[in-house]
Amino acid sequence: MSASNSKRGSYFLITPMALVFAIFLVIPLLTIVVVSFWDYDEYRILPDFILENYSYLLGTSVTWKIYLNTFKYAALTWAFTLGIGFTVAYFLAFHVRSLTWQIVLFMVCTIPFWTSNIIRMISWIPFLGRNGLLNQALMGAGVIHEPLEFLLFSDFAVVLADVHLYTLFMVVPIFNSMMRIDRSLIEAARDNGASAWATLRHVILPLSKPGIAIGSIFVITVVMGDFITVRLMSGGQSASVGLQISNEIGLLQYPAAAASAVVLLITVLLIVTALLRLVDIRKEL
Amino acid sequence: MTTDKIKSKSILPGKDVTRRGFLKGAAATAGVAIGSGAITGFPTIWAQNIKNVTLRQFGTGVSNINAVADKVKEDLGFTLQMTALDSDAVAQRAVTQPNSFDIADIEYWICKKVFPAGTLQPMDTNKIKNYDKISPLFISGKLTPDSKIAQGTAPHKVGFVEGPDSTDFASAPTQWMTLIPTIYNADTLGIRPDLIGRPITSWAELLNPEFKGKASILNIPSIGIMDAAMVSEAMGEITYGDKGNMTKDEIDQTIALMIKAKQDGQFRAFWKSFDESVNLMSSGEVVIQSMWSPAVAAVRSKGIECKYQPLKEGYRAWGGGIGLAKHLSGLELEAAYEYINWYLSGWVGAYLNRQGYYSAAPETAKKFMTEDEWGYWMEGKEAQGDIVSPEGKVMEKAGAVRDGGSYEERMGHVACWNSVMDENKHMVRKWNEFIAA
Repeated sequence: MSASNSKRGSYFLITPMALVFAIFLVIPLLTIVVVSFWDYDEYRILPDFILENYSYLLGTSVTWKIYLNTFKYAALTWAFTLGIGFTVAYFLAFHVRSLTWQIVLFMVCTIPFWTSNIIRMISWIPFLGRNGLLNQALMGAGVIHEPLEFLLFSDFAVVLADVHLYTLFMVVPIFNSMMRIDRSLIEAARDNGASAWATLRHVILPLSKPGIAIGSIFVITVVMGDFITVRLMSGGQSASVGLQISNEIGLLQYPAAAASAVVLLITVLLIVTALLRLVDIRKEL
Repeated sequence: MTTDKIKSKSILPGKDVTRRGFLKGAAATAGVAIGSGAITGFPTIWAQNIKNVTLRQFGTGVSNINAVADKVKEDLGFTLQMTALDSDAVAQRAVTQPNSFDIADIEYWICKKVFPAGTLQPMDTNKIKNYDKISPLFISGKLTPDSKIAQGTAPHKVGFVEGPDSTDFASAPTQWMTLIPTIYNADTLGIRPDLIGRPITSWAELLNPEFKGKASILNIPSIGIMDAAMVSEAMGEITYGDKGNMTKDEIDQTIALMIKAKQDGQFRAFWKSFDESVNLMSSGEVVIQSMWSPAVAAVRSKGIECKYQPLKEGYRAWGGGIGLAKHLSGLELEAAYEYINWYLSGWVGAYLNRQGYYSAAPETAKKFMTEDEWGYWMEGKEAQGDIVSPEGKVMEKAGAVRDGGSYEERMGHVACWNSVMDENKHMVRKWNEFIAA
């Protein structure tokens, strides 16, 4: 009796969340899937069942190029944010001794977030431009004679902006994982004669893996879907999957955009699943 | 919308009464020109109810200006609500939300696809007082009787339908108009003469390797492909049957040429919004690009040299007009006609002319401009005094001459109009290939 009551109670308790998910996640997602099979012309979407959206999407070399490009951005951003994020988190967790300073420095890391993403991104443009601050400084110092063209409106600019925008997403979970590492393990490692490098490799790195995985999921999913950084920093000359979807929406090609969105969703889910297989995040939460 | 109505009823009753009294007075003295003098000839009941009318207009930012709505309130007494959107959103709203607007300010190339959707009603030209003042460009497609009709979706091709309930475009002018033309212009390349240092005379220069890494093109497929076509044709690479309605093969060739240029590093960036084009040009990242006239003015207003360069192959033109929603009827429909008549009566025309665009009824706009303004903007004459924007900002000093010369010189040299092609879907896909290449 009481068991069935508590069961009913649990169903009752999960209902609000389930409803919210159903209305704001499941139904829109199903709509996107349904629309991805519809036909369209310039200004209408036509309820129908066609596979043309998918067959074109998967059959054209444009899609493969765009996905390759998107993976390139995601991989580069991931590698740099991981390197920088891990170092920053390591410094905060193990070199800063007092908790107060840890908190203060951690807050300092979040200061850039007081300004919007787009503003921080756009501010790179006058800095990197042909007549920008960096080129002027380098030319003034006599390091170069011609302005460096690759700095702006290039893949370099896209990855730079992405790294700048998303490194904190790596710092936070890795720092969180590192703070949970039992300090006596590190002492034990040192007592057993491990060098700092060996301790890092055999103790800290494995124990930080859940944080790295969470950070990686944040960074990769954000970069995979990003369109505004790619558009602004590449000067519209590069494409990403997100940008492709945004263009299709702009041209009222909703079914094509829906098909691209479904394919992107599946791709990102596969990446996340793979990451979760490497690390048991639930243990950590 | 509701708050506006309440405001006019409760907060400003005194002002309303005064204005109505003023309007009645104006109606009595027929000589006084308020707008088109529209109030006369309508039953008194109409004059009294009109203040309760609210018309909702939407369109692109170029012509959906609050100054127009303010002037409508002042001259005609009713409320006009303006919503400015981008071209894509305009098309989408006109088709998918027909009850969300009363007046649609749309571009002719979009009209070609939007009007057949049946959300707009044709307008009776007998009710358009200044119909005969409308530029022949929108009636016959010819600015002067001997000019050639340009390629693409020329406004007159989609300007008329067969009857009041028809959505089929008529091949010759009829009594039923789809859009009343309001604004139009001829686009060309913008250049930085200080950084180029030599005359530019052809569209082909956009792909000249001399400007490698310093050129840009507009990334709105329907318009960008036309610029690309102007360039390809000027280079002698491709000959088109009709640039405004290319075959699949012509599209493929055009895009192939652009992809090659892109891979050779010709382009610095692509722009999509007005500000982007201004920034690219004023920062010197780009020295030659397809550009809109007010964007050139914006670069110049920063004190940076920029030229809206006339080219020997001619201009790529675009035009916009206002259409009436299907659901309009009764008093609101009358008010909408009144608004259209007022629109063509000159004040707006002068306002648009002063922004560097053109009024659909140039003759009437002339009455609202000084001789010097008319000379500078419309006749290609040297400015006698400072040329001031509608907002009162000095745009050009005395002695300046408008790029491209007079109205006839510019609009008479239109090579093609912005358009929607039959192979639009294919074109957009190829354009995406270009961007991804």
